[in-house]
Amino acid sequence: MTATRNAPRDADRAGELARELRRFLPAEAVLVEVEDLKPFECDGLTAYRQLPLLAVLPHTVEQVREVMRVCSREGVPVVARGAGTGLSGGALPLAGGVLLSLAKFNRILDIDRAARTARVQPGVRNLAISEAAAPYALYYAPDPSSQIACSIGGNVAENAGGLHCLKYGLTVHNILELHVVSVDGDLLTIGSGALDSAGYDLLAVMTGSEGLLGVIVEVTVKLLARPTCARLLLAAFDNVEAAGSAVGKIIAEGIIPGGLEMMDNFAIRATDEFCGAGYPIDAAAILLVELDGTEEEVAEQVARVRGMLESCGASEVRAARDDAERQRFWAGRKAAFPAAGRLSPDYYCMDGTIPRRELPKVLTRMDELSRHYDLPVMNVFHAGDGNLHPLILYDANVPGAIEKVEEFGARILDLCVEVGGTISGEHGVGVEKIEGMCTQFSAPELAQFHALKRAFDEAGLLNPGKAVPTLARCAEIGGMHVHGGKLPFPDLERF
Amino acid sequence: MPASDLTQALGEQVRAAFETATPLRPQGGASKQFLGRAVQAQVLSCAGHRGITSYQPSELVVSARSGTPLAEVEDTLAASGQMLPFEPPHFGAGATVGGTIACGLSGPRRPYAGAARDFVLGVRLINGRGEVLRFGGEVMKNVAGFDVSRLMTGSMGTLAVLLEVSMKVLPRPQVEATLAFEHTPAQAVRLFNDWAGQPLPLSAACHLQGRSYVRLSGSTPGVGSAAAHLGGERVPAHEVPWTDLREQRLAPLHGGLPLWRLSVPATTPPLALPGECVIDWGGALRWLRSDVDPGAVCSVVAASGGHATLFRGADAGAEVFHPLPPALLRLHQRIKSAFDPRGILNPGAMYADI
Repeated sequence: MTATRNAPRDADRAGELARELRRFLPAEAVLVEVEDLKPFECDGLTAYRQLPLLAVLPHTVEQVREVMRVCSREGVPVVARGAGTGLSGGALPLAGGVLLSLAKFNRILDIDRAARTARVQPGVRNLAISEAAAPYALYYAPDPSSQIACSIGGNVAENAGGLHCLKYGLTVHNILELHVVSVDGDLLTIGSGALDSAGYDLLAVMTGSEGLLGVIVEVTVKLLARPTCARLLLAAFDNVEAAGSAVGKIIAEGIIPGGLEMMDNFAIRATDEFCGAGYPIDAAAILLVELDGTEEEVAEQVARVRGMLESCGASEVRAARDDAERQRFWAGRKAAFPAAGRLSPDYYCMDGTIPRRELPKVLTRMDELSRHYDLPVMNVFHAGDGNLHPLILYDANVPGAIEKVEEFGARILDLCVEVGGTISGEHGVGVEKIEGMCTQFSAPELAQFHALKRAFDEAGLLNPGKAVPTLARCAEIGGMHVHGGKLPFPDLERF
Repeated sequence: MPASDLTQALGEQVRAAFETATPLRPQGGASKQFLGRAVQAQVLSCAGHRGITSYQPSELVVSARSGTPLAEVEDTLAASGQMLPFEPPHFGAGATVGGTIACGLSGPRRPYAGAARDFVLGVRLINGRGEVLRFGGEVMKNVAGFDVSRLMTGSMGTLAVLLEVSMKVLPRPQVEATLAFEHTPAQAVRLFNDWAGQPLPLSAACHLQGRSYVRLSGSTPGVGSAAAHLGGERVPAHEVPWTDLREQRLAPLHGGLPLWRLSVPATTPPLALPGECVIDWGGALRWLRSDVDPGAVCSVVAASGGHATLFRGADAGAEVFHPLPPALLRLHQRIKSAFDPRGILNPGAMYADI
């Protein structure tokens, strides 16, 4: 996360392009002044900042199409942005590019109660969809922790998950149709109101494509019936292995909880201090297990899960007494980031996925790395699906701290890949993990990604430099490992 | 048959075909030959490349080589109380994992549990250049790179030869119960959708010959109280239609006339098309046995927001999948080229132009 210095903008070029765009966009929808561009200079990965050439804020699909036609013709790269809450720098602007904000696309177009779907514009906040569906006892299931602010368009671009995705799936499992503006300005309908569509599964390809394949201008999401009842169990354990084995047991016994989260001792203390959730602060790990469904189903599951937690050695099992207490127990987990922020001037939230059974080993290695780098780490873990969020605490003002954190982070991601996992569970690759892609994928695999990308965007104008590294980039970076004397990418020159 | 890894041999065959631009038709158990357009190509037999390579019940993931019989995977999962949640049809004794995922077919549970592609976590494949590549992995939360694994699902062997697939699995339900009702098709569609909007443990809903059948799956108390709430007539376990529906053995689904697969928004009222119709997927799938003009079928279905596939009984050389708009067709051609630049993998299996 070495903070990028703002590469200089070509103000003359910006002016020319702005005139071109103002032929069909209102003047105030085309921003060229530095003060007006500042709000767009970074997303949730604030260590990377870059002013774009200019920013546009269209409010119709036709305007988006025209922006893409102009940019294609002029060879200007485009970075799309929803709410700018992303954590991997996916919406980081390019000095020579247009920042295309979908913020004005903020209307819920239609809620079809009978069909259980909602047609929404990409700038609509994730939580706003559930709020609008609430009168019908329906909701939109994927609930990333940033849901109060993040946009559904961004959720699609990142294939966002959330606390309940073990049971209810990721974004890709919860959408039906996208309207996408291609790099040439074509408007494509991908998917449909039916459960599948003809041809290749482009809905799956677009989801998680991080703004590289097209600009999303409309999303049709599935809505689900609200479960009638939800109960939360909190279990404390004296060691991480026991907590991990309890998770495995619950799953192996055939129960899929609505939510299943783990926090280590550091995270427990930090979040408890921060918001008084009432966590057992001496526990090595706690599990939060949420069970939802009908009253009868939940009562049965609560009894079974309680038994399993106890048989795995939980030192304490508490059931939230009512919905308010359930929300309070969750509030602690959801407050992991601000809690970290309270303990330390800076923190770096990591995101990786590992097979669940590897958790004790990964946490032990992380502990060793933490001591080696002298940087504290707190861990929150989507235990149900192996998605790990280590939060590394540091002080950016300390010389060399940022480089150290970066290196520590890269070692953690290498570890994820080493145990059979992946470098990004849900935050995307963006700019942040682009180098990790070189560890996770071979050269021909990266080349295949590039070939797929070119099928959508031959000239590489959509979010270039994000998500999938070039082979040359992989060869450049220092951290490549040479296994058994065999150099990776042997046909690329080295200097 | 024992497990066997034919990666090297298969890779060599594909590379040789690439060198000579020789069309190949990947084949597992040949159980779904009727699907798609006829392809003139040399068979690439994948049936010998088989074996479950990894199965961790507590991780909810199974990985198997593409030639592994589907039945073998299902039996292995059942022994641990688990299942493939998308309830795939076999259509033949030799159905394999590779063919199942390449065809991307899902059974009656699909609208409630998810489709084949929802459960694909990763693949190893041979692309049209003969390169052996791996995408995805064995974990659900994985957003590194484009979702090539899910793109492969339903791509009918036109983008790559599948070598291995990793799939998420789920526990089998504790109990299941099937209820039957006397309904008109319109009533069935309306009620299936009403019920799907309520927190009921539905796992299948179909309608044929004047009767609706609804399956409830879950815990004993949950299924019990839902069944009491919905009413209808309990169908004894040996009479439930689900396997026969899935395998298309039900009377209205076989016979001489062409069989159409119509994928429509679930709330679509009964379609104005002649022929016998079975409603599946809670309304979202309509199977139609009819010799009505294909153009008429496509236009009625498109007007409802869905798409039509001539599933069985097409004339040789005819298009069987719903036509794609020009810009989307061009994109498909470019994607095809990206994986199979010389067009050697099942050319024309989906569309004449791809």
